[in-house]
Amino acid sequence: MSRVGWIRLLVVGGFILAIELLCRTGMISPRVLIAPSDMAIRLYRLLLSGQANADIIETLGNVAISLVLSVSGGFAIGAAIHALPRLRRAIDPFLASYYALPFFAFYPLFIVMFGLGRGAVVAIGFLFGVVAMIIATLNGFDRIPRVLVRTAEVYHMGPVAAALRIKLPSAVPYLFTGVKLAIAYCFIGVIAAEFIMASSGLGYAIAYAFNNFDNGKMYALMFFIIVLVTIVNALFYTYERRLMRRWGR
Amino acid sequence: MKRSLDTILLIAAGLIIWQLLHMAVPYALTSPAGTAVKAWNMLNSATFWPHAAETGKAFLYALLLAIAGGLAIGLGLGLNRTSAEVAEPILVSVYSLPKVTLYPLILLIFGLGVPAKIAFGTLHGIIPIAIFAMNAVRNLAPVHLKTVKVLRLSRTQTLLTVFIPGALPEIVSGLRIGFSLTLLGVLIGEMFASQRGLGYLIMNAIGLHDVPTIMAVIAMLGIAAVLASAFMLWLDHRLHHRAA
Repeated sequence: MSRVGWIRLLVVGGFILAIELLCRTGMISPRVLIAPSDMAIRLYRLLLSGQANADIIETLGNVAISLVLSVSGGFAIGAAIHALPRLRRAIDPFLASYYALPFFAFYPLFIVMFGLGRGAVVAIGFLFGVVAMIIATLNGFDRIPRVLVRTAEVYHMGPVAAALRIKLPSAVPYLFTGVKLAIAYCFIGVIAAEFIMASSGLGYAIAYAFNNFDNGKMYALMFFIIVLVTIVNALFYTYERRLMRRWGR
Repeated sequence: MKRSLDTILLIAAGLIIWQLLHMAVPYALTSPAGTAVKAWNMLNSATFWPHAAETGKAFLYALLLAIAGGLAIGLGLGLNRTSAEVAEPILVSVYSLPKVTLYPLILLIFGLGVPAKIAFGTLHGIIPIAIFAMNAVRNLAPVHLKTVKVLRLSRTQTLLTVFIPGALPEIVSGLRIGFSLTLLGVLIGEMFASQRGLGYLIMNAIGLHDVPTIMAVIAMLGIAAVLASAFMLWLDHRLHHRAA
């Protein structure tokens, strides 16, 4: 590992250790926060007991479905918008302010449209993820070298063929950023929807534990989500770095 | 002129789609006209304004804290190469955490009420502002940094005359994203364990299945967010062009 990597490990480790000490010495009351080691132990017991397995599988399934939908949908919509410059100029400010809208409020609408169950949660995850992907696709397509676009014209490629065979591969680094953001946003959307509204899933389990003063279970699940998202991020980060190095960027 | 025409066409298309959706599922979605009437009635009613003021106050404080904190963190870390490299992946992974999961923690620390909403909004907005500010400082032109050395500027002078003006375009981009996320954070905060604010109004309306109220509040928030965002986008373009 590089020097920077070691310092980073030290910083994160020091931070966790500081919280651990503050909790263990009673400076932070266990009613507010339990020690990280305690969270890990409780999580281990929770996973062994199998109580949370159904919620975990449900949430991960919801994230996966909404991720697939938002990445493929976002790419298709982004490609379509990019092909229409007038629409694109008009839509830009709306895309930029999109994330300020509280979509969770549309949950009742989605229940009417998709029924009770995972459809409504997936729809909110999709709404969260898709725009990050659209913006990344637009950014990527903006930076395609002109010569490649000309090549597509010379070969008389149709819009779909050009999008899939020329634009998709040459915009990959930007699309990668979009996928990374879409993962983050799908997690945020799905868990927030479950937290506020739904009646199953990890987000719901955390809100339920909070309402029942069950701090142990609540922090165990929060710990699980934080560790899971961090691992997913770290994997993508290393993979992206390797990809970039291979392409010499 | 042509651009504003396009914007109007886009809005018209959106309204038509909305109207069609309303005709497909009339119980789940109020029509654009119905929403506008409801919004107008709410704006004229006395019960609406305390909620709007509560959200506005929480949002304003959260935004100020997020900007101050984000700039301090971002500029502080960006000044040094090693600290920036150490911090970037940490900041990015904190950015992508579903922060709703941390809301119980914030409620336990701050208790129910405005401080918890402010803290939650700040938590959402501070990280993107910090990331953008940090990268802005890191990507400053080397010739500017050399000029700083040649002129032997003090730290404060460097910050005020070189770093902040040079990084301003990127900082404004960060503020734009931070603005949206702070608003989202405050609203999510109000939707869970709160008795006041626009988020609470939405939640309450969801509980009563009062669709017109839900739609009216979202529409008003949406219009406010789009207007604010369009202004910042305009500022953003101007600053980037001036810099280029």
